[in-house]
Amino acid sequence: MSEVLDGSVGLATVNILLLSLLFVVGIAIARLRSLFAIVMLSGLYSLLSAVWYVVVDAVDVAFTEAAVGAGMSTVVLLGAMLLTSRMAKPEKRLARLGPLVVVLVTGAMLIYATVDLPAFGDPNSPVNTGVGYEYLLVNWNDTGIANVVTSVLGSYRGFDTLGETTVVFVAGIAVAMLLGFGERSLAESIRKDDKTTKSSAKNTVKSEGKS
Amino acid sequence: MSSSHHVILRVVSKTLIPVIALYAFYVQFHGDYGPGGGFQAGVILAVAVILYALVFGVPSAMRAVPPAFTRTLAAFGVLLYSGVGFWALIRGGNFLEYGALFNEAPGGHKGQHIGILLIELGVLCGVSGAMLTIFYSFAGRVAEIRDEDW
Repeated sequence: MSEVLDGSVGLATVNILLLSLLFVVGIAIARLRSLFAIVMLSGLYSLLSAVWYVVVDAVDVAFTEAAVGAGMSTVVLLGAMLLTSRMAKPEKRLARLGPLVVVLVTGAMLIYATVDLPAFGDPNSPVNTGVGYEYLLVNWNDTGIANVVTSVLGSYRGFDTLGETTVVFVAGIAVAMLLGFGERSLAESIRKDDKTTKSSAKNTVKSEGKS
Repeated sequence: MSSSHHVILRVVSKTLIPVIALYAFYVQFHGDYGPGGGFQAGVILAVAVILYALVFGVPSAMRAVPPAFTRTLAAFGVLLYSGVGFWALIRGGNFLEYGALFNEAPGGHKGQHIGILLIELGVLCGVSGAMLTIFYSFAGRVAEIRDEDW
């Protein structure tokens, strides 16, 4: 027992605290019906998982999770929420059974799979012995770039990153083709704003007082 | 959103937005040494504009960063990235082979540095342009965010 706790009590406590917070937030998201609260909690979920990634030394992943999960997707979900109603419809009791079974079975399979995973930070795990170790050895001579993550993404796997950038670009264009670029629906309000800024300040105060 | 309320939000975000944009460029150009790179920097840069849009209204954000500019930026980013690939191709190397960019001797790192800088710049432009395009298409559907929606 003392071996398990030795030297990493603080880290274990932080891990348990963060993961239980994630669990609580997940349960809250599943239970809530107010869409605004769900969107905010999903941002919180991303932020908590970003903190947890920092704890397990995956700084780049944490960075991306904080920027994309907590920042960008929360905003996009907020925008999507504004287009629909504010409350989710309550489901029938029987209809909840199917998802519950799927979640339980998937969770059981994932927990079963963790038994085979190598220990965290194990130097003999396949991740640390195979290609990853090769990259660490040859990177400095090949590229002269200190951050191996950057040199792998930009140089060794440049094709993949080009593909990813194209995917992001195509996603942006696809959303714009489905929803419109957004400028046409706003053209009227932009013109109105221009008019109000041009007209005297007295008018602006008056119209604000009305609304 | 009228200017009579949300004073704290306005003041705080006015000071924060330049810092966020500056931080995006730090992440961009420091990617060779620390965590981060074009993708994260692009998202952070887009978030700076989105924060402005959320606090000061989408129309004023669209006047500062027009939607036509964001979609051009996204296309320019992908073009810049693949342009580096074709540059290497023209110089006699393989597609995206940075060593061939300046015809340097084996072991030289100038091509790697310049090539990665340029493609990260392409990723920055592509990602921030695409993210802003997505945000504008969602936010442009609602003329104004009413206070009771918050």
